[in-house]
Amino acid sequence: MIDKFVRSMAEAMNGIRDGSTVLMAGFGEVGAPHALLEGLIEQGATDLTIVVNSAGRVQKAGEPAQGIARLVELGRVRKVITSFLRSQSLAADAVGAGRMEAEVVPQGTLAERIRAAGAGVPAFFTPTGAGTLVAEGKEVRDYGGRPCVLELALPGDVALVESWAADRWGNLAYKDSGQNFNPIMAMAGQLTIVQTHHVCDLGQLSAKDIVTPGIFVDRVLHVAAGDPKLPR
Amino acid sequence: MSETRESFTPLGRAGMAARVAQDIPAGWYVNLGIGIPTLVADHVPPEREVVLHSENGILGMGPAPEPHRENPWLINASTQRVTMRAGGSYVDHASSFAIVRGGHLDLCVLGGFQVAENGDLANWAQSTSGVGRQIGGAMDLAIGAQRVWVVMEHVTKDGRPRILKRCTYPLTAARCVSRIYTNLAVLDVTPAGLAVVGLVPGLSFEALQARTEARLQRG
Repeated sequence: MIDKFVRSMAEAMNGIRDGSTVLMAGFGEVGAPHALLEGLIEQGATDLTIVVNSAGRVQKAGEPAQGIARLVELGRVRKVITSFLRSQSLAADAVGAGRMEAEVVPQGTLAERIRAAGAGVPAFFTPTGAGTLVAEGKEVRDYGGRPCVLELALPGDVALVESWAADRWGNLAYKDSGQNFNPIMAMAGQLTIVQTHHVCDLGQLSAKDIVTPGIFVDRVLHVAAGDPKLPR
Repeated sequence: MSETRESFTPLGRAGMAARVAQDIPAGWYVNLGIGIPTLVADHVPPEREVVLHSENGILGMGPAPEPHRENPWLINASTQRVTMRAGGSYVDHASSFAIVRGGHLDLCVLGGFQVAENGDLANWAQSTSGVGRQIGGAMDLAIGAQRVWVVMEHVTKDGRPRILKRCTYPLTAARCVSRIYTNLAVLDVTPAGLAVVGLVPGLSFEALQARTEARLQRG
């Protein structure tokens, strides 16, 4: 019997090694696997490359660092690959102080590099970023009269994903704008770990409701996380 | 400059958004960027069917919800809570940017720091050296949409021109802008240069040129 449910956070995080590339889904607070990120902080893996749409908010004085910012503060992140590195975030401070590398990429290129990794496409050319700082050091070729930049697939050793509902095969359904990076990161993770709001019996999620089929999923942990909050 | 007798009122943020909204016809698929562009949605009358795209995977986005009807699972690119129109749909991030990069949007409205007379856009960083880099979806939108309109103040807070011969800030994309809406004027980017399509009442062509580094053509 296939059963991808794990019973504890320790089991969910088991075996994540130092030096891993971790894909972290979510856009704003929606579809973000916050509990799994807390689990990763607890688990202790270090020297990580974190792939995430936004590398964290402006850090307010006196407020404890949370999520990505906490991982950065602990010195556990070697590199962040992101479309948003905000000034005055802990991540930007770490980059400025030389404690961490950052690769800031266009959001569509980020998404397509992740999708490509999941689809077995090692690299592709895109006009996005041609003639900008993003193209520095990259091969550029003309296609259809437009300069295009060579971009590499971005696979993860680990993907952290949040779903609305899941069954024991690892089939996933999402709520509203909660899809965002989740389906493509699930595809691109060597080890895809899911936190799900709801648990369904096999067959309860209908074939047409399943957005991510279980073939892309390795472990599922039930976390009743509640509704996404508004940003502070 | 002998402008002391000139009397004109620059548009405010809402006025600029309303001016852009006037030019968006029914049936277009449109992405609105962060800032003033987001306000454009408030000025498209609901009976005019314009389909709004949000980069986090929404087509058919509606206005802000009434306070008691908020859905925490439905946010726009600025992470504000929004609504869905009848006929709307959700996609994942790669499909959302396939909509953008695949040339499927009729229009994208972006904010800007600088626009050059050849249509170059700079809207994500004010130096090459700063650590903060906030590219987001702007580079994808700038190369992918059928039309890119920029809406911004005509000059900086300290009065320096934003419409230039060449951008001095890092580019978002080269030669991508087709139209510029400012608090003073509407300009088209043409092969012959920037053509003035409209001015706020009371502002002369010469006074606009004095606030613009790039050479302007009478429209």
